Amino acid sequence: MQGNIKEKAGMLFVSCMCAIMLSPAWALATEATAMNPVPVVGEADWWKWPVILLFVTFVMGIIAVLGGVGGGVLFVPIISGFFPFHLDFVRGAGLLVALCGALAAGPGLLKANLASLRLAMPVALIASAMAIVGAMVGLALPTHIVQLSLGGAILGIVAIMLTAKKSVVPDVPHADALSSALRITGIYYEPTSKEEINWKIHRTIPGLLTFILIGFMAGMFGLGAGWANVPVLNLMMGAPLKISVATSKFLLSITDTSAAWIYLNKGCVIPMMVVPSLIGIMLGSFVGVRLLKVAKPTFIRWMVIAILLFSGLKAVQKGLSTMGINLSNLF
Amino acid sequence: MANHNTQATEEQLQYAAILEKGMYAGLALMVITFALYVLGIMPPIVPLNEISTYWSMPVHDYLVAINTNFVHWEHLPTGWSWVKLIGYGDFLNFLPVTILSGVTILCYMVITPGLFARGDKAMAIMAMVEVFILTLAASGLLAVGGH
Repeated sequence: MQGNIKEKAGMLFVSCMCAIMLSPAWALATEATAMNPVPVVGEADWWKWPVILLFVTFVMGIIAVLGGVGGGVLFVPIISGFFPFHLDFVRGAGLLVALCGALAAGPGLLKANLASLRLAMPVALIASAMAIVGAMVGLALPTHIVQLSLGGAILGIVAIMLTAKKSVVPDVPHADALSSALRITGIYYEPTSKEEINWKIHRTIPGLLTFILIGFMAGMFGLGAGWANVPVLNLMMGAPLKISVATSKFLLSITDTSAAWIYLNKGCVIPMMVVPSLIGIMLGSFVGVRLLKVAKPTFIRWMVIAILLFSGLKAVQKGLSTMGINLSNLF
Repeated sequence: MANHNTQATEEQLQYAAILEKGMYAGLALMVITFALYVLGIMPPIVPLNEISTYWSMPVHDYLVAINTNFVHWEHLPTGWSWVKLIGYGDFLNFLPVTILSGVTILCYMVITPGLFARGDKAMAIMAMVEVFILTLAASGLLAVGGH
């Protein structure tokens, strides 16, 4: 009874936070500051932005865990539009935010057997290697090209998720040869249906090949990769949604590590903006991972879609506005 | 209620335990180093009341500016050169960031012998290659273009 009340209160809190983050008012406020960048604060007021950053990233941490996305996907478009930091530092911090959100959630997800190490290892190997290449290319490309490409990619994934017929527990008649050889399978207890779900995966080779592109894009955009991990693990490879979300979150701790090192070595780190962001996202992730155990898969799926749609539209708008095309009145 | 079939594998629990320790250590150290920095106990190389004039610059301009105004090196403070500045409050904060970025490498290194011992050669080799890739990225040896 008490647990049920806590569960409802928790989900209500997260829903409110999502509503705030995704509301038109927030979007318009972000647009306004994107068009008229926030002036640099006075020297006496330097501490205000780090404090605001701490609160905003705490909320992002909760949503990121439940949505199975890297905090970077939310962090970069919102912070680059709403805060006075240069995009170079926002991208560097965004990767560290995604990484540390995953680090905070990872141990709990692994212990609860929601995240699968055996599923993550081959995927992470490919994605992390390509993230290095992507980071090197991304740092050489004009920013508006990167933003526009990212927006298109995210909106494409939203379209796939909206049209997919099955995803909570995908139908996988037979495990393929590679996943059988690597023993990528598992059982988890689904408290919402009170069932033990015996899962396996298929289309392992096409799935792994897709992570070549995902890893590259993650490094290039500096935005983590949860936005792509979940659909591929779930819809293409057939892992249950909850396993996909949890493994995706854990996977970010590996993929984003490689790209983060590139940004770190390049000097794209200012502690005064990175540390408040990391503390906020990690504290938020602690709360989020506890809510994930009782959250309903369908709720998570719709939240992922809403977050991805918002992030995609935001990235497209910013990319186009740099090219002189203003879409701020559209959303 | 979950039974033993739903429990994580041995290497997964081992990985999680190390990841958790590294994460907590990094987080705790981050709070400490950031407090030392913000409270002025360890003076930063870039004064707190001037940082807001630098965080809006492109990274190259920022590095040139802080090098010209404060660091005074022949080269820009990139890669692992922050270690030489660890006595300053702001650059001390790179230490926990490095721990948090490096703990995954340690996790892989620790589970690899167990994977070999259990005859799980494919996963063990993958773990070794992952250690190599992440170490390469961390080394700073890879050239980075742009900016």
